[in-house]
Parts: sequence; structure tokens; C-alpha cells
Amino acid sequence: MIQNVLYMNGYGLYVWSSFVFTLSCFWILHSVIKLQLIKEQKKFEAKFESLDIEKVEKAKKQETFKEILATSSVSKI
Amino acid sequence: MLNYIKPKNLIQIINRSQKFVFIVFTLILILGLVEALILSPEDYKQSDSVRIMYVHVPAAWISLGIFSLISVLSFGIIIFKNKDFSLITKSLAPSGFVFNIIALVTGSIWGKPTWGTWWAWDARITSMLLLAIFYLMFILSWRIAGTEDKAVKLSSYIAIFGVINVPIIKFSVDWWSTLHQPASINLLKETTIHSSMLLPLGIMTAAFALFSLLIFLMKYNTELIKIKNKGLDRL
Repeated sequence: MIQNVLYMNGYGLYVWSSFVFTLSCFWILHSVIKLQLIKEQKKFEAKFESLDIEKVEKAKKQETFKEILATSSVSKI
Repeated sequence: MLNYIKPKNLIQIINRSQKFVFIVFTLILILGLVEALILSPEDYKQSDSVRIMYVHVPAAWISLGIFSLISVLSFGIIIFKNKDFSLITKSLAPSGFVFNIIALVTGSIWGKPTWGTWWAWDARITSMLLLAIFYLMFILSWRIAGTEDKAVKLSSYIAIFGVINVPIIKFSVDWWSTLHQPASINLLKETTIHSSMLLPLGIMTAAFALFSLLIFLMKYNTELIKIKNKGLDRL
């Protein structure tokens, strides 16, 4: 049964290479986007930490900043 | 309605839904792979090579769908001057481009055992290659254009111009004599594909759509944080 799935009547190389290529593309794209997200998140946190108290208070009042800070630990995905 | 796609509302939705989308995508992908590689029957003519269809067709559909959506939103950018739309189009493009590449490469792999060649300058394949070039120009326009305003305009015009290619891709198999087979799935006419093959195709399409949604959410989040980083500099 396993041999049949791998060999696929002589088309195994074509079928498996198509699926492997597709899944590799998924993995690469996901990794690249995840790295970009982590990089920006870290940059944001570093910048936020370097702000003086007055600016921190000003930033905390803004909704979107609050949202980013609330989720500052980057998603594990 | 448009208020819901404002960044401050979307960031909440994005952060909460990423993990959920990833889990659902993984489950559906596993189910789709089992169906596509093991449970679905072989074709009476193409034998097991037909299984390439389960990655080739959904990838082509989704790359076309994403480009059409980018084009519609680009009209919105030009007409309504809505900058939130440009964030959405920018975040949609990477997954659309990758699906386009997947469709081209898997199509080429499928072409070898079916047509006896890896590549043919046939109407469907050439128009899909053209779509990849439009995607590439769209993505590069964000890097090449000097200012953000210029990038928004340039990328929008590329998407609007590129949408002309979408009906050409769709109807190329009907308008010209091509190596590529005509559509087997029709919304208005009878579908010529058996339900035992339609099921894995549907599952794989759902998995691919969820993956593009996941990439969109992550990319949109990244773009939003980039803007906020610039905002912190201006405080």
C-alpha cells in the first residue's frame, strides 16, 4: 500500500514534487512574514521603551498603540 | 461598514484570529492531503498524475481571486482615496504571488507527463506568467517608488491595468486553441468532474484560502506596526 502511494503508477516523482514544492512555498512564505512581524514588533517595543514618561502617556492614550502593546509578545504562529 | 476596516478596529480582530486561522488551516490541510494523495481515485486517462490538480487548480484560483480583489480595492484607492485599502492590497499581494508561482510550477510539472513538455507558450500558461509579472511589478512598486503616496498610486494603476489579464486567463482556453484543457468546473454549466475528485479539490481550495487569509493577517499586522513605529518617531 505504502509502495503504491509512493510510486503512484510511475507518476510518483511528478506528484510528490508538486506537493513538496507547494508545502515548501507555504513554509518559506510563512517564515518570511513571521520574521518581518517579529522584527517590527521588537523595533516597536525598543522604541516604546526609549520614550520619556510624557510621550509614553501620550502614546498609551491612542487606541492602536494600546492594541499593539496589549499583544506585544508576538504570536507563536 | 468602512469603519470596521479601520486599523484600530482591525488590529483587535487580527490578533485574536491568527491562531484560530492557523489551527483550522492545519487541520483542513491534513484532511485535504489525505484525500488528495490517498483516498481520491486515479483518473482513467491521466492515472495518478491527476493528483497534481489538487494543488495546481486551487493555487491558480486563489492567485486569480486575490489579484481581482487587489484590482477592485485599487479602484477604491483611486476613486475614494482610501489609504486603508492600500494597506489591504499590499498585505494581499505576497500570498497571491506565491500561489501564482505554485500554479505555474505545478502546471509545468503536470505538463511533462501529460503533454510531454515542461513548458509551452500557450495562451493560458502565457497569460498566467503575465499575471506573475503583474504581481511582481505590484510588489516592487512599493520598493521602487520614492514616497508612500507615489507607491500607492503606482501600485494601484498596475493592479487596475493588470485586471485586463484576468478575463483573458479565464477565457483563454475558449478563445484560442490551447494545450490546456477547458474548465471542468462551471458555475453556470454542468461540472464535468466526478464528486470523488470534487471533494478533495474543495478541501484543498479551502485550505489554500485559509493559508492566504493567515498570511494576509500576519502581513497586515506587520504593516500596521510599521506605521505605528513611524508614529512613535513623530511623538
